Order: sequence, then structure tokens, then C-alpha cells
Amino acid sequence: MQAIEILLIEDNPGDIEITRQSLNSGKINNKLQVVMDGEEALDYLFQRGKHEKSNLPDMILLDLNLPKVSGREILKALKEDELRKSIPVIILSSSEAAADIDESYQLHANCFVTKPVQLETFMDVVQVIESFWINIVRLPDQL
Amino acid sequence: MTQIIDILLIEDNPGDIELIKAGFDEARMAISLNVISDGEEAINFFDGDEKLPDLVLLDINLPKVSGFEVLKAIRSNDASSNIPVVVLTSSESESDVTNSYKGHANSFITKPVDINKFLEVMKSIENFWLTIVKLPSEQTADRSYC
Repeated sequence: MQAIEILLIEDNPGDIEITRQSLNSGKINNKLQVVMDGEEALDYLFQRGKHEKSNLPDMILLDLNLPKVSGREILKALKEDELRKSIPVIILSSSEAAADIDESYQLHANCFVTKPVQLETFMDVVQVIESFWINIVRLPDQL
Repeated sequence: MTQIIDILLIEDNPGDIELIKAGFDEARMAISLNVISDGEEAINFFDGDEKLPDLVLLDINLPKVSGFEVLKAIRSNDASSNIPVVVLTSSESESDVTNSYKGHANSFITKPVDINKFLEVMKSIENFWLTIVKLPSEQTADRSYC
């Protein structure tokens, strides 16, 4: 089976490391790409500049608070784009605010997950996300 | 705090309805499951003034009106546009998968044929959507008071 490409858009190095370790520890064949700011994320997803030849991911883990361009703007751009709107976007944010949750769904995030503060719980949550979206859910065909 | 999670199941197959109910029987949280068995009735439900669900499980092949039309109606109605919709169907067709995501379904799941696997999938849906995920806040447009 072809590796599932996951794009993590996250600026916090600690959270990147936890997510990476957690995704490496499972049995699922995945390939993780990381982009650390919103502007570069847009270049990556819309295949511009140095990311001209990037592959579109099978799913996206998106933080909301990012340097330069916010996660909301990235979400909006993706879900308004005819080709890219089918890529599942999982919001993975430290926010628990109802306004952030509601706005994300309004902008068509596929789901909203709050990062747990505790390390082990965070790792468990990433593994549940991986297992649900890769083993249970049917992802769209690779674009 | 006991919060009841309202789930609306839009499904016409009695066997699948039973399995889904059985899957939620063992849930760790309080769930209220309502069932609507045809597409037209589902659209009328979202056009009406009944309390909106927290989560929708939607079959694609429904009598009268397809699940895609129901999804479109849910997404085009302001009060229901942000309710998570999990497509749960026997279809494996790639165009159904793509069209569901393009219509802003939140996830697409093919029902396993094997009963035990179906129950495992129900457990995963419960664990992911009701435990890990933050659902939108209660619909503010409480239409029952309109």
C-alpha cells in the first residue's frame, strides 16, 4: 500500500516532535511533511515557489495560530478551491474556545481536536486520529 | 455533568439501523439516537423547527432523495451548516467518496459487510467523534423557540 501523505502545519517545535514520534510509533505506513508557517503552507498546498513540485497530501493536520498567515485563512483557501476542498483537514489546536471550534466547522474543517496538555495523552490522541482517518475512514483518491 | 449527545441517523436499511443502535448501546456517554428513513423526510426535518442534532450519520442511497441532496440541504441551511456529517454507506465508489468530501461531508466511511467489523467501526466512530473531537457548540439558533 502506498504511504499516506500527511501534512502537518504547525509552528511549535515541541508539538511537531510529539506528533512525529506518535505517527512513527504506529503500524500505519505514513509520510509526514511539516511546514512551520502559514505563508509557506499556502505555497506548499498551492504548489508555488520552492514547493512547485510538492505532492498534495492525503490529509492535513492544521494548527490555528501560525506565523504570517493563520490556520483559518489556510482552511478557507483550501475549502474554496475546487480541487483541494476534498482533502480532509483536521484542526489540531491548543484552543478550546467555542468561537474557534464553531468558526472552524463553518469554514468546513473536517473536525476539530484540542491538543491535550499532557504529553502521553497528546500522543494517544494523535494515534487515535491516525488510526481513525487511515483505518476507518475512506480518504479521497490521491490528487 | 451529563450531557446528552443528539445523533441523527439517516438510514433506510432496518438491519443497519439495528446494528448502529447496538453499536451505540455500549457507548460510554449518554446518546439520544433519532432515525429518519428517507431522504425527503430528512430534508423536511432540517427545514423544520425541531431541535438540531450534534452529529449526523448519513447513508447515501436513500429512498426518494439521495444522501447527497440531504447533505446539500444541511450545508445550505444556516442553522445546520456546521453540524458534522459522517457519511456511512455501503458504497465504495470513488466518485461517491470525492463527491461527499466536496459536498463538505466531514468523513466518509464504508460500512463493513462483516457484523463484528461493523460494530468495531461504530466503536471507532463513537471514540473519535464523541470523545476526541470537539463538536460545534449547541446550535444557537434554537428553532424550537421561534
